[in-house]
Amino acid sequence: MPTSLTNRFKDGLWRENPGLVQLLGLCPLLAVTGTFVNGLGLGVATMMVLMASNALVSATRRWIQPEIRIPIYVLIIASLVTCIELIFKAWFPALDRTLGIFIPLIVTNCAIVARAEIFASRNTVASSILDGLVMGTGFACLLMAIGAFRELLGQGSIFSRMDLLLGGEPVLGIILTDGGWLLMVLPPGAFFSLALAIAAKNAIDRRRREKRGTLSRRPRLLNR
Amino acid sequence: MDFPHREAPYVGPKADVAALMLQVLAALVPAALAHIWFFGPGFLFNLLVAAIFAAAGEIVMLKLRSRQPETGLSDFSALVTAALLAFALPSLTPWWVTASGALFAIVIAKHLYGGLGFNIFNPAMAGYVMILVAFPVHLNLWVAPRMGDIDYQTLTMLQTLQFTLTGLLPDSISFDAISRATPLDAMKAGLNNMQTVTEIKALPIMGSIGGRGWEWVGIFLAVGGIWLLIKKIIRWQIPAGVGIGLLLPATIIYILDPGANPGPGFHLFGGGAILCAFFIATDPVSAASSPKGRFVFGLGVGLLIYAIRRWGSYSDGVAFAILIMNMSVPAIDYLTRPHIVGHDDEAERH
Repeated sequence: MPTSLTNRFKDGLWRENPGLVQLLGLCPLLAVTGTFVNGLGLGVATMMVLMASNALVSATRRWIQPEIRIPIYVLIIASLVTCIELIFKAWFPALDRTLGIFIPLIVTNCAIVARAEIFASRNTVASSILDGLVMGTGFACLLMAIGAFRELLGQGSIFSRMDLLLGGEPVLGIILTDGGWLLMVLPPGAFFSLALAIAAKNAIDRRRREKRGTLSRRPRLLNR
Repeated sequence: MDFPHREAPYVGPKADVAALMLQVLAALVPAALAHIWFFGPGFLFNLLVAAIFAAAGEIVMLKLRSRQPETGLSDFSALVTAALLAFALPSLTPWWVTASGALFAIVIAKHLYGGLGFNIFNPAMAGYVMILVAFPVHLNLWVAPRMGDIDYQTLTMLQTLQFTLTGLLPDSISFDAISRATPLDAMKAGLNNMQTVTEIKALPIMGSIGGRGWEWVGIFLAVGGIWLLIKKIIRWQIPAGVGIGLLLPATIIYILDPGANPGPGFHLFGGGAILCAFFIATDPVSAASSPKGRFVFGLGVGLLIYAIRRWGSYSDGVAFAILIMNMSVPAIDYLTRPHIVGHDDEAERH
């Protein structure tokens, strides 16, 4: 396990990003990222559940029988998600209505079970909370990035309806154009955005490795 | 008698993508001229915009993929994609709609899947569907067909160019005065309003079989398609499959209830069916490959076109039918593998 703090943040945000690299939790990632505020809301909710579930799983890891560990993880995660759902209903009712079923569905986000199984079940509580924070941040950042990208292309605006999270009067955000590329708001736009994000990450990684000299340049295929 | 004397090897002309694509383009020329005659010069501008952006997309993608742009451009496949897209678009389309369709077709549907020979979806139809889903409002401006006896307001070349570039018309002309529903749109809307087919066919935009102008474009497309068949550039299986798949259900349902269902002739000449049968479904890359498979592919396309027109919410279903059947190609190819001499088919399966 990497020990240094910066290394772990690099893992969560980039090298082992739950959405971008492990391709976990794609259902919420594709379904709610129509706007930036939706991505931010669900990202923060997922991060909170992830930190709490990592903490609980890690604290109880000595008593959990390995044979039935997955059902127990699911129970722990489900009770935490219920808490988060109630918090959202109490404090951000408008956002809760927008995100709808996807708040309770955090239970089935496999990124959370994966972190419980891979990390929290074999590390200390403090380390597991940090892992939840790091991985949750990575997931939330991806949700926000895709949300911003789709909102920008699909509606021609950015940060619209931030009042869902911050409260106050409805805000329209920064409007760049009137209307946009409808396709990006629709489900296909989510798949295109995620595919482009993964391709961009792979391209950046490849360029870095080339620069460091650990990877020879792709042979040029001419006249194939 | 004098028999021609030939030396071995008896090899025919080399299969050349560029020559093939040029002949496909040549076969489209009469229909394109008819299109320009009936629906104005908008087609020309659409083709120009689509060709420029398709070529630009091709060059950029080939550069990114470390290949020589000249080899990719000189096979004219991007130009065929642009031409098919131009045929699918209304004659009044703002340039950026056409451009985004052409770029989507070349960059995403063609090159991200591996370029010519590897694309699983027909690029032109993928680009058209993208436009259809993303900018439905901008695909409504079919100008009225020009026919001698009907006094429609028409646009001059300059006015059409102005619309293509800016999306605006001169103040004296309103959209309603120049644009008309397509025959299939009019049919769908009329049937939804409980009108009978006979009433709808009395509309001035309807011709003797399909729509005014549309039927002539269709006939010239069929002439071009038959020329391609004679030159053996396309095989008969796909056009025959599309024809049977579309006309068989159309005829049966027309006979059962002629008041609420247009006849097979209208289905053939009312929309994009002929373009689809001869030029779109026959794309050698994204269609099935065995002779039997090609027939099944065409049949599926025809049936889906009819199903979408009859029961769907879109008035024409060519593009969706093609994309859905493109997805089914691996299954069709697997199930229609030709018999290989010397191999026991039953043993292969297990």
